[in-house]
Amino acid sequence: MIEVEGLKVRRGKRLVLDVDALAVEEGEVLAVIGPNGAGKSTLLEALALLTPAEMTYRFAGRAARLPQEALALRRQMAVVFQQSFLLDGTVFDNVALGLRLRRTPPAQVRKQVTEALERFQVAHLARRHARALSGGEAQRVSLARALALQPRVLFLDEPFGALDVLTRSAILQDLRGILRAAGVTALFVTHDFTEIPPLADRVAVLMDGRVRQVGTPQEIFSKPADDSVEKLVRAAADLVRTLG
Amino acid sequence: MKVIGEGLVKAFYLLIHGDPEVLRVTWLTLRVSGSATLISILIGIPIGLLLALIRFPGRRILISLINTGMGLPPVVVGLWVSIFLWRYGPLGRLGLLYTPTAMVIAQSVIAVPVVAGFTLAGIGQLSPKLTLQIMALGANRWQTWWLLVREARLSILAAIIAGFGSVISEVGASQMVGGNILGETRVLTTATVMEVSKGNYDVAIAISVILLLLSYGVTLILTLLQHRGRPS
Repeated sequence: MIEVEGLKVRRGKRLVLDVDALAVEEGEVLAVIGPNGAGKSTLLEALALLTPAEMTYRFAGRAARLPQEALALRRQMAVVFQQSFLLDGTVFDNVALGLRLRRTPPAQVRKQVTEALERFQVAHLARRHARALSGGEAQRVSLARALALQPRVLFLDEPFGALDVLTRSAILQDLRGILRAAGVTALFVTHDFTEIPPLADRVAVLMDGRVRQVGTPQEIFSKPADDSVEKLVRAAADLVRTLG
Repeated sequence: MKVIGEGLVKAFYLLIHGDPEVLRVTWLTLRVSGSATLISILIGIPIGLLLALIRFPGRRILISLINTGMGLPPVVVGLWVSIFLWRYGPLGRLGLLYTPTAMVIAQSVIAVPVVAGFTLAGIGQLSPKLTLQIMALGANRWQTWWLLVREARLSILAAIIAGFGSVISEVGASQMVGGNILGETRVLTTATVMEVSKGNYDVAIAISVILLLLSYGVTLILTLLQHRGRPS
């Protein structure tokens, strides 16, 4: 669905992301893992066309002309960040916003918003002010806002990072079902290795702004490509074992 | 205490009886300061928005100039606007000196940096990721800016309140470019100074009460607008 080559992102004179090639296949969920400062969020923002980057970018098999086509392509994607970033207004207005920006007819907006709210079990909050929600409710609304757009690609930047474990587990289960049912392609940045098995088909390991390995979760954990990847997955496995 | 009491009684009397001169001065004050505030909104908000959202060479110098402008002494503004509007000044042929238009110009010069500075601070306080989230929802550049302004509505209305406050209360610039001419350019602040200089403390207090009520009324409307539709 998305293929990039020669991806470079600079902050001033510093090269913060340098990826030779990366592909997110249609219908798959690709998890991006790596230590703090590895460039995971920058990679997500570059692929979602939210930050300036040098790259050759193909979307659905077609080479994109950037930045001219960036808006049209962004309107086929959706992003959920760690913070829900709900705007001033009701839950309904928030979920409807992206559709209204696309000038979708009101009846269609109502239908898609209602469906999305129901899927994430927040339909009863539709008239509530978005600033009066709990963290879990706000993140469910944020996910509903993204899915209401019926995106071809969904980007998730540590969407459960700020939630307690019970809320996280419940939303994770719902999201897994919804992504599988809709067949949405997704790229999912996470720190939490326990989120990988339920969601991800493949994993990309990012370190120091470079992709070190891409493979299935089993491949990453059983055959790490180099010492740094092995160190990362072993530390994660040790942590899971200690807690378990 | 007696003077204060007499001033308050006088204010009540002037308001109840609708003294034509007081009404004219009050209306001119509202017209001049309202126009200047409107101009400062039209110029100051876009400047604040551009400085907050677009990175370009010299941006920090412009921000420091805006910050300096937020504390511009009205007398200095009055002097420079007067120099420009003097008969032999660069804009002398327009014949604007000692007219309400000159007062609007001077007050706009005072209010624009205030509105721009507060807008800049308000937009700057929003998370940079909020801009990304809005773009990710499919907003084009104008839609993104409009939504950011809406999100910073509290700060921007505070900017407008501060801009209005800075011009309704100033006296130096209005005195210098308007001349405090009866029936022409006399506003509540210049009238207060004049009455004090004449020793009419009761009238001065009465005018100051009217000025306070006017200022409070406008600020109350803006504050109600600021908090409209928000959860209590």
